[in-house]
Amino acid sequence: MQRSFIANNPSVLWFLLCLAAFTLGVTVLAEATGAGLISTSFVKTLGKVLCLCLVAIAMDVVWGYCGILSLGHFAFFGIGGYAVGMWLMYARTEAIVVENLSARLIPPTPAEVNDAIATQIFGVVGSSEFPLIWAFADSLLLQLLLVVLVPGFLALIFGWLAFRSRVTGVYLSILTQAMTLALALYLFQNDSGLRGNNGLSGLQNIPGFEAVPQSVVSMAFFWASAVALGAGYVLFARVLSGKMGSVIRAIRDDESRVRFLGYHVESYKLFVFTLTAIVAGIAGALYYPQAGIINPAEIAPIASIYLAVWVAIGGRGRLYGAVIGTAFVSLLSSWFTGGSAPNVNLGFYTIQWTEWWLVLLGLSFVAVTLFFPGGIGMLFDKFTRKSQ
Amino acid sequence: MSALLELSGVSVSFDGFKAINNLAFQINEPELRAIIGPNGAGKTTFMDIVTGKTKPDEGRVLWGEKSINLIGRSESHIARAGIGRKFQKPTVFEEQTVRENLAMALKNPRGPFEVLFYRKTQNGSDRIEAIAEQTNLTEQLTRKAGELSHGQKQWLEIGMLLAQEPRLLLVDEPAAGMTPAEREKTTEILVEAAKTRAVVVVEHDMEFVRRLNCKVTVLHEGSVLAEGSLDHVTQNPEVIDVYLGR
Repeated sequence: MQRSFIANNPSVLWFLLCLAAFTLGVTVLAEATGAGLISTSFVKTLGKVLCLCLVAIAMDVVWGYCGILSLGHFAFFGIGGYAVGMWLMYARTEAIVVENLSARLIPPTPAEVNDAIATQIFGVVGSSEFPLIWAFADSLLLQLLLVVLVPGFLALIFGWLAFRSRVTGVYLSILTQAMTLALALYLFQNDSGLRGNNGLSGLQNIPGFEAVPQSVVSMAFFWASAVALGAGYVLFARVLSGKMGSVIRAIRDDESRVRFLGYHVESYKLFVFTLTAIVAGIAGALYYPQAGIINPAEIAPIASIYLAVWVAIGGRGRLYGAVIGTAFVSLLSSWFTGGSAPNVNLGFYTIQWTEWWLVLLGLSFVAVTLFFPGGIGMLFDKFTRKSQ
Repeated sequence: MSALLELSGVSVSFDGFKAINNLAFQINEPELRAIIGPNGAGKTTFMDIVTGKTKPDEGRVLWGEKSINLIGRSESHIARAGIGRKFQKPTVFEEQTVRENLAMALKNPRGPFEVLFYRKTQNGSDRIEAIAEQTNLTEQLTRKAGELSHGQKQWLEIGMLLAQEPRLLLVDEPAAGMTPAEREKTTEILVEAAKTRAVVVVEHDMEFVRRLNCKVTVLHEGSVLAEGSLDHVTQNPEVIDVYLGR
């Protein structure tokens, strides 16, 4: 009687097929690996969109399925980006410094190299010493561990404090937003140890692969992002299937009733919050090497609000909805704000989309919330909502 | 025979209003008990205290052979200890099927990781079928709970309680809004359940209480006014006063 996970969830298979077809299509059309119809910068854009889709499905799990409107998941995303960015910046600066110093007659001591790297990185914020949080920056492995551990621990501690006090609904949203804002404001300071509002830059240059052209690097990241999205999708679909999914959705609909069934609701929320924060961190770690730069503005609460908007437009409580909403809105957004959208001349006023796009987005969000709570994903419900 | 649940000297007040006042109550296992009383007598607050939703200002709530004090324990802990509760308004998970509702309630380990790696068992689905049979829901197993009629939702909730296999069942107005035929079925389910465990039914409807044919506790202003058979308590002048008004 036990059917396999995929057989019980055909939509997962469909999603993976679509994702594979899309990845293949881009590969065939890209500059580095195919016909050259898709530019390297657009490959990067698509790769970034895949990472945003990954953080969006995490948001959908925590909000659409578990009912926690977190306005902090983009902060976890940013932390993942910072963690990997520290290694990228350190290793690349090290390579440059070593090369510069090697011209000298006397070989530089390790301390001299270290000082030179620190001056190079932190000169911009008036410092020449490594802050404590850069202790592991020379190790890719440790920084990759931090990508997972820092968002995980932060979510665990924050969630434990918040859920234990039974803060729910809009108050919890405000609390998560406050956490995000506090983090962003802290990072804006020059002595935060992460270069203040300069952030980390040059992240698109991967140490050890300087000779490899960006068109190839961007393809590699695009594939990695596609694999991560596929894996994340399967992971969340697995968590949401069966009894665990039942309990998570039940907590969204009536958490006190779930308590009287004997489930410790706080543990479940903490599990979901932490797991999704970790996935958000991984998504960020893949995103920022493609973006090339990260700064505290990326972490500001508005980013997490966008995340909620994407998920809402795509349709809450549907993993594929989050993917569709994010891909649709973020690509449309880059089209409108990129200046490619034609301005609309009304005679008395010219609508310039770079400015009016946000208004349009806001109105669509309101319209979706009021009239189409199922979002775009609703269109696909017919095919996926099988009778059980 | 020692009591399964024993409350003594329990009091709680909300903003100066004494909802429960020096309440003493006990129930054995198995036993069927009805609690009646006018509005504001403290019936629901009594259930809130036993299930951990409300913390009393004073008094003791002792549970089981080892007389564990339930005060200060979480709702989920108390539920796992063996106390199931049915709310006045039927609260089932409407977005999910009847089967999923029952599966969630089945007595199994409740930790997140145990649930994550939980595998359906033949035994579990047999239990679900049996409970569905018992509560007249066999035909409805694959339907969403939100599509059920009011009476069926009430039964589903009772079914979920039975699936938890509690030693004590607290049932708040199970017959509210039911048709006479549905009431009869509900009486049957409760009487059957009380053969193997303790069942406390809070009810307004005297006719329904009469059908249950069990010991009755009358609550008034947060304490016990009378206790005994229904005929005995309804002849009590104080009870008549409370019900007919002074």
